[in-house]
Amino acid sequence: MADTMQFDLVSPERKLTSVQAREVRIPGAEGELTAMPGHSALITTLRPGILTVVGPAGTAEYAVTGGFAEITPEGVTVLAERGLPRAELTPAVHAEMVAEAKKAVTEAHPSVVDAAAKVLADMEALGSHMLG
Amino acid sequence: MPSLKDLKNRIGSVKNTRKITKAMQMVAAAKLRRAQESAEAARPFAERMTAVMAGLAASVGGSDGAPRLLAGTGSDKVQLLVVMTAERGLCGGFNANIAKLARVRANELLAQGKTVKILTVGKKGRDALRRDLGQYFIGHVDLSEVKKLGYVNAQSIARDLLARFDAGEFDVATIFYSRFQSVIAQIPIAKQIIPAQFETVEGGADSSLVYDYEPSEEAILADLLPRGVATAIFAALLENGASEQGARMSAMDNATRNAGDMIDKLTIQYNRSRQAAITTELVEIIAGAEAL
Repeated sequence: MADTMQFDLVSPERKLTSVQAREVRIPGAEGELTAMPGHSALITTLRPGILTVVGPAGTAEYAVTGGFAEITPEGVTVLAERGLPRAELTPAVHAEMVAEAKKAVTEAHPSVVDAAAKVLADMEALGSHMLG
Repeated sequence: MPSLKDLKNRIGSVKNTRKITKAMQMVAAAKLRRAQESAEAARPFAERMTAVMAGLAASVGGSDGAPRLLAGTGSDKVQLLVVMTAERGLCGGFNANIAKLARVRANELLAQGKTVKILTVGKKGRDALRRDLGQYFIGHVDLSEVKKLGYVNAQSIARDLLARFDAGEFDVATIFYSRFQSVIAQIPIAKQIIPAQFETVEGGADSSLVYDYEPSEEAILADLLPRGVATAIFAALLENGASEQGARMSAMDNATRNAGDMIDKLTIQYNRSRQAAITTELVEIIAGAEAL
């Protein structure tokens, strides 16, 4: 079995990274999951969280929100609406993201208000992880 | 016959115009490069997104539980036209072409007895359509303050659209924008985004693989469709941005050339007039000398 696989992190505006990875830890909507080479094909949506890429060149972490991950035996493609290298996630950026999520909760349609509240909670948790 | 001084002023003013159009052309060329780059950079996301959604739509689409964004409201009575144009003029037929396509479509729909609503993005389209279709306007998105188009701009437009859709304000939404073919060719096109339509994607998500879905196919699709709307709008905005700069570049190139031609013509006229004046003067002097 191959030792590494292709990993791509793509945001709507640009391709954030494209590297070889040994394992990728993804904050899936149903819980964290780790993809390694040879993982069965899976598509999952993301919740706000930290995406960790372990590759031969070291470990990189990204804060991602919204979007989905496509996992195949050959590689992982993550499409995130927002993706930031951990270093770029400053308290100011995070506060803005939380504020946005809060606004979404107040404005949300009754049917999706739970989902929006969950996003907000995840978003806040993300902050305590990254910044704490 | 204009006087020499008039001609000289005229030449001066045309030269100034040429300087301005030349500068605009160069600015447009620089902006075009940047616009093309961002359009290029956005492509992988849009492509993957569409591929995955198309795959999901194919498997979920037929069932009764299909989300309304995919299946539609079951009617096409109320049509929303989202007309995306530039904020500025002086870019050849760019804005006019998009407005024309939208106007033709609106008139067709009206003739079929449908209800038309128009949402304009960009000032020029609103101005062009206001006279004959102004009563159908339901909103306008102003991007004139936006320095660099970002995904957030597309998101806010998408959010507005989705809120209106949820409120039952329309059944079908179509966006009008210009596809960037090359610097000299921009093609105005109409694309239906709600309910979502997928062209058969060639290659697409590896169709030989059977994916597991987490949470479920329906849930993922329901999550992705609104994002798909934003992605489609973002892609359209970027294409439009590149088209606008391309159109402006070629329009300004033409203007610069025309100004050059005009200067040549005026210069010839100026020289002829000057020579005629000198000749007349000489004739008068000689005639005067002979008379003595």
